[in-house]
Amino acid sequence: MSQLTYAQAAMAGLSEEMRRDPRVWALGEDLGRGGVFGQYRGLQQEFGPQRVVDTPISESTIMGAAVGAAMVGTRPVVELRFADFALCAVDEMVNQAAKARFMFGGQARVPVTIRQPVGMWRSSAAQHSQSLEAWYVHIPGLVVVMPATPADNKGLLKASIRCDDPVIYMEHKDLWGLTGEVPDDADVTVPLGQARIARDGADVTVVTWSKMVHVSLSAAAELAKRGLSVEVVDLRTLWPWDRTAVLSSVAKTGRLIVVQEAVLTCGFGAEVAATVAEEMGGQLKAPVKRLGSPRAPISYSRPLEDRVRVTVDHIVDAALTLARA
Amino acid sequence: MRDSKRLAAQYLTMRRIRAFEDRAETMARDGKVTGAVHASVGQEGIAVGVCANLLPSDKITTTHRGHGHCIAKGTSPRAMMLELFGKAGGTSGGKGGSMHIADFSVGMLGANGVVADGLPIAVGAAQGEKLLGRDTVVCCFFGDGATNRGPFMEALNWAAVYRLPVLFVCENNSYASTTRTETVTAGPGPSARAESLGVPAFSVDGNDVAAVDELAGRLVREIRAGAGPKFIEARTYRLHGHTAADAGAYRDAREVEERWTSDPIARCAAELRRLGVPDSDITAMDEAAEREMADAVAIALAAPWPDPRTAFTDVQDVGAPV
Ligand SMILES: Cc1ncc(C[n+]2csc(CCOP(=O)(O)OP(=O)(O)O)c2C)c(N)n1
Ligand SMILES: [Mg+2]
Repeated sequence: MSQLTYAQAAMAGLSEEMRRDPRVWALGEDLGRGGVFGQYRGLQQEFGPQRVVDTPISESTIMGAAVGAAMVGTRPVVELRFADFALCAVDEMVNQAAKARFMFGGQARVPVTIRQPVGMWRSSAAQHSQSLEAWYVHIPGLVVVMPATPADNKGLLKASIRCDDPVIYMEHKDLWGLTGEVPDDADVTVPLGQARIARDGADVTVVTWSKMVHVSLSAAAELAKRGLSVEVVDLRTLWPWDRTAVLSSVAKTGRLIVVQEAVLTCGFGAEVAATVAEEMGGQLKAPVKRLGSPRAPISYSRPLEDRVRVTVDHIVDAALTLARA
Repeated sequence: MRDSKRLAAQYLTMRRIRAFEDRAETMARDGKVTGAVHASVGQEGIAVGVCANLLPSDKITTTHRGHGHCIAKGTSPRAMMLELFGKAGGTSGGKGGSMHIADFSVGMLGANGVVADGLPIAVGAAQGEKLLGRDTVVCCFFGDGATNRGPFMEALNWAAVYRLPVLFVCENNSYASTTRTETVTAGPGPSARAESLGVPAFSVDGNDVAAVDELAGRLVREIRAGAGPKFIEARTYRLHGHTAADAGAYRDAREVEERWTSDPIARCAAELRRLGVPDSDITAMDEAAEREMADAVAIALAAPWPDPRTAFTDVQDVGAPV
């Protein structure tokens, strides 16, 4: 085990996979200088400019080229910089990467890992702060991964690179500096589609992912002081998502809160809530509760930005309300 | 002095494409082929002249109007016809149809339903091949309409920056769907755009298969030797409608009639005769092509539908629907 930041953990995972498999390569803007968040630092020095490729600001072609390169047998890791800019490559993700295998009757495989950092950070405003994971969960053919911890950012990235499907890999910008214990073993990966019980509890289940795992854990600690035992389920992968882990947790607690940073409307939380309602409506002790951002663009000014954040207080209030129901 | 054997082989491939397209359109009008069919009637010389210079290990990408490129690269017309009918045994098992024909076994990396999306895929395929240490050439076919989309500019720039082994082939048939491309296009055209991005461009009469063959042969040799990307603008004309359902009322009938006098197949037949190839040889090739495609249709008509369960296969490994 080593103490690594979330960014260092991803770097360790990527460099291990590049050493292990010469078909793995990375492409994106500014990677030769370490990438905008330093998550590629030193990689071009080790692997050279053919395998850590500095690209023009051509998101459509970064993504489209990765599809072509994947179809001939390489395993590209695509860096799209911000989920907001990845929108310039949605066509290539949705119409090409996600569908090539199916549309060509199984002849193609598109093993690309598509990194697109998400989330509110600090004063990044409406075009550098979005969490758009639900868009991709909607698309057959894609896998959607959202690591919350340094260990997961290594293990899930490695698993994504080894996966033969196109994987949308969303790191949270506010987590780059988060430190934690990370396995050193290059063979350790985190399986895609398996949730993690981040905290055990008996009274309320909180299902969440990405940065909201940490906010939910803080809320759970606060609620423990008030006598409420909260279980926090970190989904880690949104497609496929671990229904079994969620349903068995809710079977135990009888109460569910889904917490997401993204806009609440049509967010992934709605999928979790609807599934729980369909599968175990009669067994719930209280109605399902969803927390997420109001349907407004994200502001620049700190007090305005804070208005759309889901906070510890929101989760505490929601849990107490549910417990009283 | 042109090689009559090589030209005769190219004539045969053009005739096979024409016979395929004519039947595909008829079957579409009869309701047997249910999806859109974009025939390449009149443009066969480009597919054939270019692909004659590619190795089986070379790759191509194409567009909605891609039947000719597939056949010229070696895809089985039977499997293609089955695909158009949506039947079992089609190139994609009936899951793709005309616009998603692919045959990876002959380096045909897929047609595309999204205009201009084949260009980034082609440059990436070239980059991947290069990374794997292979000396593959990737050829990317697209229409004049594609030159107005961003990926055209991005992909040419990309290929030039990384000096990738890509042959861009713009089939300039003057139309993008029902619109005359020049009425919505600024500047002097596709070749000038390519040159401005550092990709050497060459213009050719796309209805002269031998001229296309000669130019493509030279460029493919240069590309394989490491010269970086090249661009062909092949001037041609779409003799039929945009799709089988398009009567082409937006075009002057005299314009179309005039263009039929430059039909690449008739021109090639005349050239073969000039080179001393007997009429009987030409007729024999015509008959062989018609027979092959008549068989392809008969087989497709009789073929079974795909197993309905395949609607859910080959979606993805992780999180698959079944
Ligand atoms: C991105 C996109 N926009 C629009 C269309 C609809 N469409 C299909 S073919 C076509 C015309 C394409 O013209 P061109 O590139 O010249 O090819 P051609 O049909 O002449 O072979 C259009 C507009 C599409 N398939 N993709
Ligand atoms: Mg056109």
